[in-house]
Amino acid sequence: MANLRAAIAGIGESRVGRVPDRSALQLQTDAAQAALADAGLKISDIDGLLTTPVRVEHWNMPCGIVAHHLGVRAKYLSTVDIAGASGCGMIHQAAMAIGSGQCETVLCVAGQNLLTHSTRASAVKSMAEGGSAHSQFEVPYGPLVPSLYALVAQRHMHEYGTTPEQMAEVAVTLRRHASMNPNAHKRELITINDVLNSKKIASPLHILDCAIVSDGAAAAIVTSAERARDLKKKPVHLLGQGYGCRHSHIGDTELTTTGAVDAGAAAFKSAGLKPADMDFAQIYDCFTITVIVELEDLGFCKKGEGGHFVEGGRIGIGGELPVTTHGGLLSAGHPGLGGGFFHVLEAVRQLRGEAGERQVKDAGVALVHGNGGVISIHCTLILGGAAA
Amino acid sequence: MTAEALAKVAADRPLPVPDAATGPYWEAARGERLVIPRCDDCGHYHFYPRTLCPQCSSPRLKWTQVSGSGTVYSFTIIHRAPSAAFATAVPYVVAAVKLAEGPHLMTNIVGAAPDAVRIGMPVKVVFQKFSGEITLPMFEPVETA
Repeated sequence: MANLRAAIAGIGESRVGRVPDRSALQLQTDAAQAALADAGLKISDIDGLLTTPVRVEHWNMPCGIVAHHLGVRAKYLSTVDIAGASGCGMIHQAAMAIGSGQCETVLCVAGQNLLTHSTRASAVKSMAEGGSAHSQFEVPYGPLVPSLYALVAQRHMHEYGTTPEQMAEVAVTLRRHASMNPNAHKRELITINDVLNSKKIASPLHILDCAIVSDGAAAAIVTSAERARDLKKKPVHLLGQGYGCRHSHIGDTELTTTGAVDAGAAAFKSAGLKPADMDFAQIYDCFTITVIVELEDLGFCKKGEGGHFVEGGRIGIGGELPVTTHGGLLSAGHPGLGGGFFHVLEAVRQLRGEAGERQVKDAGVALVHGNGGVISIHCTLILGGAAA
Repeated sequence: MTAEALAKVAADRPLPVPDAATGPYWEAARGERLVIPRCDDCGHYHFYPRTLCPQCSSPRLKWTQVSGSGTVYSFTIIHRAPSAAFATAVPYVVAAVKLAEGPHLMTNIVGAAPDAVRIGMPVKVVFQKFSGEITLPMFEPVETA
């Protein structure tokens, strides 16, 4: 599959963290306006709209609600729901809509007030019972979302000797990245001992191994590579993409290898690139173990070597493969389905050379990976500062 | 923790609502039998239940009683309850058990201290009644001489 000749021309974020004064639609509007300003475009320049469902409210046809709210007259609109992989999926689906000639400039926007809409306890309960666990064969046994990933972590430790310290190093590194991100939710530095001594949630995972819960929204504008050339900012091109799904629920799987294998292989193939070509990687990080498993499945190291790979500063900015340089879901912010979209925005900032203090040197090509469910459904993008 | 202690949280515990696809499973569990689908064409067992055999796509599936023996494939000790219903049960063990017939399922490990649970530990099914309709299969360690 040749590249789709599409580019990201604008990005924007709302305030992220605890934002009690903004509703889900207001947060999305804030992000959309920031992305439009970044691209030097107006609402009337947008003729396509993609969004995701929100968890905090039931919206019948979310794309219709958002398009109407923003005043977008869309020639193409759709709601993308591949759970945590939706951020990556929106970029690719926008590129397809543009490539087909259906529309020219697509606004992708997602986010909500997950933190302030309800209590943390009710968010945990609703995610445990209405989210990733099987309603009949899992929920009755009392799992919460971290426990589903804890099964992966425990098995990974058993098969490959991965340690809690190695998982903690992921949290420590991403927090350091978030400390350099002015819009991140959690910016105070932490140590490996802080992670290991933090509250036990579901062994072997501690609370600092888990994503945070945030308010916030992210937006990106995708247009044709030709049009992007004439806009305000340096275009970031979609060079390749892939999808994968090997299971839906976690209880009936082998646990330590996922559909990220297929998503990554397809993305590298369509881009004509390989893992060693990536200058950094924006890996989905709902839990620390997720990063370790996905680095393996995407081919950055062999299966079983992920724990070792994240040690010694290798995934930090300045390391061999900087990972999730904005701080990710573990520290920068996680407002639900929009969470993984911030990984895409950060890739754009890095590839433009706009990441400030956390800029990766000579950042030319990046992988962005999203996963949803319980490491179930995957979408990988390869983005580059120059067209392929 | 014991099955009895887990049963105490039954009041607002989220129980399964059997449907057309899963009714036979819950009916068998009520009679203290563990059944999973087996393909009449290729003989493959699978779980959770699907409408087509995951190995050969045949729709000719039959609920078949299995041994109830397996091993702990992975587990986690839950310290933070997902809801008030489980708050008095912590710490408890959620596990993935690999059945002797091959498929995996999620369950609780009962009859053992959470700290004593290990991957690879042999376990067998036990049944815990929660309501007139719902009995949940759980697993406990097999006594070794």
